[in-house]
Amino acid sequence: MTYIAKPKFQHPGLKKNELGYTHRDYEGKVSTLCAGCGHDSITASIIEACYELSIEPHRVAKISGIGCSSKTPDYFLGNSHGFNSVHGRMPSVLTGANLANRDLIYLGVSGDGDSASIGFGQFAHSIRRGVNMTYIVENNGVYGLTKGQFSATADRGSKSKKGVTNTDNAIDLVAIALQLGATFVARSFSGDKTQLVPLIAAAIGHKGASFIDVISPCIAFNNHAGSTKSFDYVREHNDAVNRLDVLVGRDPIAVDYAPGTVQVVEQHDGSKIALRKIDADYDPHDRLGAQTFLARHAAKGQIVTGLLYVDPDAEDLHSHLNTVETPLNTLEADALCPGSAVLDKFNASLR
Amino acid sequence: MKPTDIAAPDYFHKVVDCQWACPAHTPVPEYIRLIAQGRYSDAYMINWKSNVFPGILGRTCDRPCEPACRRGRVEETPVAICRLKRVAADFKDDITHRLPRPSAKNGKRVAFVGGGPASLTVARDLAPLGYNCTVFDGDPEAGGMMRTQIPKFRLPNSVIDEETGYILNLGVDFKSGHRIESMKALLAEKYDAIFVGSGAPRGRELDIPGRKEAAAHVHIGIDWLSSVSFGHTDKIGKRVIVLGGGNTAMDCCRTARRLGGEDVKVVVRSGFEEMKASPWEKEDALHEDIPILNFLVPVSFIHDNGKLTGVTFQKVKAEYDAKGRRNLVPSGEPDQTIECDDVLVAVGQENAFPWIEQDCGIEFDEWHMPKVDPKTFVSTNPKVFFGGDAAFGPKNIIWAVAQGHDAALSIHKLLSGEDITERPLPEVHVSSQKMGIHEWSYDNDISNDKRFKVPHRDKVIALKDIRTEVELGYDVKLALGEAHRCLNCDVQTVFSTSLCIECDACVDICPMDCITFTENGEETDLRQRLKAPSPHPDQDLYVSSDLKTGRVMVKDEDVCLHCGLCAERCPTGAWDMQKYLIEMTQAGSACPTKSRSAA
Repeated sequence: MTYIAKPKFQHPGLKKNELGYTHRDYEGKVSTLCAGCGHDSITASIIEACYELSIEPHRVAKISGIGCSSKTPDYFLGNSHGFNSVHGRMPSVLTGANLANRDLIYLGVSGDGDSASIGFGQFAHSIRRGVNMTYIVENNGVYGLTKGQFSATADRGSKSKKGVTNTDNAIDLVAIALQLGATFVARSFSGDKTQLVPLIAAAIGHKGASFIDVISPCIAFNNHAGSTKSFDYVREHNDAVNRLDVLVGRDPIAVDYAPGTVQVVEQHDGSKIALRKIDADYDPHDRLGAQTFLARHAAKGQIVTGLLYVDPDAEDLHSHLNTVETPLNTLEADALCPGSAVLDKFNASLR
Repeated sequence: MKPTDIAAPDYFHKVVDCQWACPAHTPVPEYIRLIAQGRYSDAYMINWKSNVFPGILGRTCDRPCEPACRRGRVEETPVAICRLKRVAADFKDDITHRLPRPSAKNGKRVAFVGGGPASLTVARDLAPLGYNCTVFDGDPEAGGMMRTQIPKFRLPNSVIDEETGYILNLGVDFKSGHRIESMKALLAEKYDAIFVGSGAPRGRELDIPGRKEAAAHVHIGIDWLSSVSFGHTDKIGKRVIVLGGGNTAMDCCRTARRLGGEDVKVVVRSGFEEMKASPWEKEDALHEDIPILNFLVPVSFIHDNGKLTGVTFQKVKAEYDAKGRRNLVPSGEPDQTIECDDVLVAVGQENAFPWIEQDCGIEFDEWHMPKVDPKTFVSTNPKVFFGGDAAFGPKNIIWAVAQGHDAALSIHKLLSGEDITERPLPEVHVSSQKMGIHEWSYDNDISNDKRFKVPHRDKVIALKDIRTEVELGYDVKLALGEAHRCLNCDVQTVFSTSLCIECDACVDICPMDCITFTENGEETDLRQRLKAPSPHPDQDLYVSSDLKTGRVMVKDEDVCLHCGLCAERCPTGAWDMQKYLIEMTQAGSACPTKSRSAA
């Protein structure tokens, strides 16, 4: 790890966003992960996405569990709210925070161990409930902090650094998220920021449970021949179905693409996603189709990336529960205790 | 773009902006690091080898290095390179045992006309090689303009004595009070080579009405300064006007303030900003309560029967033509007369060679300057060389030193029977600075300090005595702080394409967004596609050969902090921090030597 702080100086020509911030203003502390860790690229992508969306850092809550991935919220958005929870419990803590204050932007950062093993149930239920969040799994297929044992997302047949073959079946978190009703599902690769940054930006704009599985090579324990989560393997087997451009604001869309190749999706926050199709037959609004497509390509050893499914009319947990617009944590005593007359009326409605 | 050839000596040299900008190519970051380590003598010797007069230049240099300093592109002010040089000179131990020894004579005789910085540089390079060096000068002591024109409150005699002494003690024969009046006669003495370093000794005249009549109180700036320097002049009228906007004018007005001038004004034709004087010299004059009046063109000296009473000026304004050239045109306002007792004219200097006869084989051009080859400094007479102000007109000491080194090399080659147009390449050392996984042999933690001010003596005391040095120089603590501001631009980022796995770690960590991985293209196109804008096309792009994904690594050298974080975060060692040390070729260093580096 690096012991010196990242110098405060920045390029004098850096562009500023609507808030007058440069992307440097969205950084956190210097990373303590191994040099070259894919997670650091995901950190950089989150920084870039928040900068591009001109998000006020104090409007973000970043919540994580335990693991290499769960350390990363310390490295971005140094001026945001944060909670480093118990192993695998990020989804519950996030759900609770979201219920208390629906006004914040929730960024759940987790890893394959945190979400596919110890926190598998937590992951499932937060997705199932449609919590309005961006759930990012930094997926490297190994337990990096404990020296590289296979995790639950390691592909069957892939080899460890010592040459041991994995005999267990892999959990595909994207497939599970689709099945559990996530309304924004994507997969990307830490080594491809041009794909990843717009995906994160679009996920943040999505109202509902957004899930992004980011394959993130572990330089120390899972970047060798025989690994299916190495830079070389992912680059060779990456099958991107589409490319995104996120268009912030209300500017009219003036994208110059051949007709039929671009699909525009309008999001709740008014932003628009321009999807440039790479696979002409792929329809990101078809949940069943996506599941089949994924399964078919996984069988061929291909890693499908891109925006795999989006429901532009998604609803979140708050609308399911019919909660008030005002965040619950700001409700004053008169709203919370409206008096005995209201209680009597309420009791009467249940008789 | 083609992959960058980092083996070409100039590529990394250009990245060390200060060293590249220095005419003598002094290894600036190298000596600043030594200052930070308290190794002042080592820092001094690096300077001495390259620029010969560290103590003098540390007080008087025109500092071409500082506007070039990368720090100036990253924050407001560059590193105070010049004043750090003085620190090395101020705090060094006795270094005489480290100087070259006078060696056995080789029987070759070289004559020098003038004992200023150019001649002394040539003599320093040649004397240790065994040449008999004879320096002729009309003044009683060596130093030339450094001694006669620079006021003692900026440059004390002790510093000049010390640094000219180092050279004269190499066995150089200094003939004081011996002005060369005839080149023909000098040639007749059958020297093997002659070096002319006689400077630009003539102050330009201002021929306007009243000049002759008021002559008793109108002085030519450099002559007056020289007269003050030797103690012939020790007072001036209360009200003084200095005409001219260069550094000589600044020296004149500040000297006048110390010799009885109470109301001293500098009057310039141009605007304040366009004045030739260095910004810090203007600042020093203003600090001594000397106003600078601009856009005033002198039209006549006013006198009362030969007694100067004032100067009349025409008011002008600047107009720019279609090509952006500036013209000073009358503003139409009435002329202004400023009363005064004395005028100092510092409107420029000229070369004068009345002592070079036409049949010496030395040809002159249409501006009456000798025809001198800009690389070898030889004149049309193959045995006669020129350097410093005598060669290409008035410049600064550091230029005279740089030209002196080149002329010395030419003379050495000529007298060794070699072709003087063949210039040996400089010596270059490149070595990794890696000491541990995250440990480097240089301090890579970037200081956020602003430029430290050099302490000055109290104005009341400073103005009382013309020999009291105004600048006190940095103390050890300030010097350390200022030295830490240096970005170590000579510790280069070196990229190995074959080791790179394109993980983006360097891109993510780089605080200055210098690094981009992208598809290759033409330079103008590539500059458009960098991660951060590229406002200085004169700053090179470092381009790798094709990587595994078919992309290339492009690094804009412009604002790189040389913090080494790219190398720290690189998992494969594709980036390394390597110190690049270039030593310019000097006479006698034609073959690479196994010289021990100071660091």
